[in-house]
Amino acid sequence: MRSHREPLFHLAKQGDVSGRRAWAIRLASFVLAIFIGGLIFLFLGHNPFRAYGEIITGSLGRKTALRQTIKIAVPLLGTALAIAPCFKMRFWNIGAEGQITAGAIGATFFALNYANRLPSPLLLTIMGLSGVLCGALWALIPAIFKARWGTNETLFTLMMNYIVIGMVKYLQGGPWEGKPGSQIIPNFNNAAVLPKVLGVHCGWIMVLILTLFIFIYMNYSKHGYEISVIGESPKTARYAGMDVGRVTRRTMMLSGGMCGLVGYMVASGANMTLYHNVADGVGFTAITVAWLSQLNPFAMIAISLLLAILDKGAGTLQTAMQVPTSISDIITGIFLFCMLACEFFINYRILFSGGRKKEAKEG
Amino acid sequence: MNAVIALIFNAILNGTPLMYGTMGEILTEKSGNLNLGVEGLMYMGGALGLAGAFYYEKAAGAGVNGLLAMVIAIACAFLAGALGSLIFSVITISLRANQNVTGLALAIFGTGVGQFVGEYMRTMEGGYIAVSNELKNFFQNAPFPQTLQNIPVVGKLLFGHNIFVYLGVLLALAMGFFISRTRWGLNLRSVGESPATADAAGINIARYKYLATVMGGGISGIGGMVYIMTIAGCVWNHEGLAGVGWLAVALVIFCLWRPVNAIWGSVLFGALMILYLRVQLPIPSEIYKILPYVVTLVVLIFTSLRKKREDQPPESLGIAYFREER
Repeated sequence: MRSHREPLFHLAKQGDVSGRRAWAIRLASFVLAIFIGGLIFLFLGHNPFRAYGEIITGSLGRKTALRQTIKIAVPLLGTALAIAPCFKMRFWNIGAEGQITAGAIGATFFALNYANRLPSPLLLTIMGLSGVLCGALWALIPAIFKARWGTNETLFTLMMNYIVIGMVKYLQGGPWEGKPGSQIIPNFNNAAVLPKVLGVHCGWIMVLILTLFIFIYMNYSKHGYEISVIGESPKTARYAGMDVGRVTRRTMMLSGGMCGLVGYMVASGANMTLYHNVADGVGFTAITVAWLSQLNPFAMIAISLLLAILDKGAGTLQTAMQVPTSISDIITGIFLFCMLACEFFINYRILFSGGRKKEAKEG
Repeated sequence: MNAVIALIFNAILNGTPLMYGTMGEILTEKSGNLNLGVEGLMYMGGALGLAGAFYYEKAAGAGVNGLLAMVIAIACAFLAGALGSLIFSVITISLRANQNVTGLALAIFGTGVGQFVGEYMRTMEGGYIAVSNELKNFFQNAPFPQTLQNIPVVGKLLFGHNIFVYLGVLLALAMGFFISRTRWGLNLRSVGESPATADAAGINIARYKYLATVMGGGISGIGGMVYIMTIAGCVWNHEGLAGVGWLAVALVIFCLWRPVNAIWGSVLFGALMILYLRVQLPIPSEIYKILPYVVTLVVLIFTSLRKKREDQPPESLGIAYFREER
């Protein structure tokens, strides 16, 4: 017979967490991430304080740098907002990358073919609408299969990414190629380029409006309510008379449409052309942004800015301190890991077996 | 005839890294963990495997031993992948974070680490990282004598591959046996299908999940090393490695979560990857390259349509298990 062993500790779900405690834990995880990042710099033989200083000045120090940082944050925020309704519904849309690309294709079609025939504002509007439509339709496909046959949406949307990216590669080398053999789609005509406001393409205004829209949509609309009920329990939703399939399709179209809009912004505002890497991992990074913000649109602004600062700032370390650019991915990864891990300490309490009496007294 | 043999031969060569990536992910997913960080794990394995072989050769000088170099490369790649997936395991199994999000974070982190190590070695060693030709041959040539390879038609196909092909096939067979024929394998499957039931049966859920995910990550990491040391010619090449990890995630679905299917599945995917180089069809080459993903989607759709129980993803795939929440 083995003697019964009392486990060293057990876990309990934390009921209501005070906001202050939650934020204290998040702050601690943030500090921990900075610390681990610092250790890496130290290990590489660099002064961590200088490295972090360089990241800050490199991303926020000069006006041009600040603009670049904003430019990185805009698609991140827009895509995170797009993903939020899906994730609220527990529909794991990993396909933002592809929906962005699909939107960029839709916008580019008009940019290439109608640039000389339409006045710029009208052209830009049509490009935007076309981007939204393409993104929405691309997102609708996995939603249909999920709603009808329960096909695994994580894997489905993931595969869809590479299909549409492959299509862009085909367009680049085929029908939309500029100079023969260049494998490059020519730059957009000026009429098809988003105007700049305060030095950054006006996409930043659009995503701020979207932030407000998603906040209202998720919290104060019937659609938002249906989404959260389905997320909690599809069975309850069905019992209450909601058409789960319809809401799934509608939400995915909204999500894909917003991703498509982001694709339009990136192609028209930032790159002024279309190429296969137009999404550039934003679709994946934005998923972490949305999740770490607890799907709160305003928190997404902060987190997308943080990641943009890390990305842009660590990129400048190459010239300043001869550290390869890829350090930005490592530092970003460490921040994501720490912030993901810290949610556990917010949601659960660790109760040590020895400490039970004491806790009973306190309780 | 020769063209067909060359195609199959190259399909096997190009499919082998995928085979390792896929086998690792199958083992991981069988425990109910969906680790989307395979791309990152393969980057880490590739860069550190190369680093292991390179620095060993540098230290050993003329007395370099090919077999030892290979063992070191495999060990480094395995450890890199295992370490990456250990981070994933701690965050998702013990700390119960969302697997999709953590996996994506691992993909970002791992590709960063891989590229960083690759670039760092290049700058430290003055621009070019390559092992000696002797060692290169050891990694890339067949382990069988030339006479066997000279057998007409089948000689090259059976005995002409690098050693990782044979090791991979053996590993796939062993893993298939382990998962479907042993008690531990049965326990592992039950953890992936219904952790609550497994828990009630007295199976240590956390231990199985940890072991399967960490070992799986290590095997995926070896895949990255195999790519770098064979196809890429023992030179760090992040562009070539890009996307292989995601393709491995696709191949897991295509194989219906069976390691033995990974053998021929990887050859098929390898063929699809290089077909455009060898066969002239009136389809643009970029359309060829998305075929693996399209084929995977079709398989995914059909398995969900047919609802055959043996072909479904592990029931609890992607869901964290928390005993108190049953």
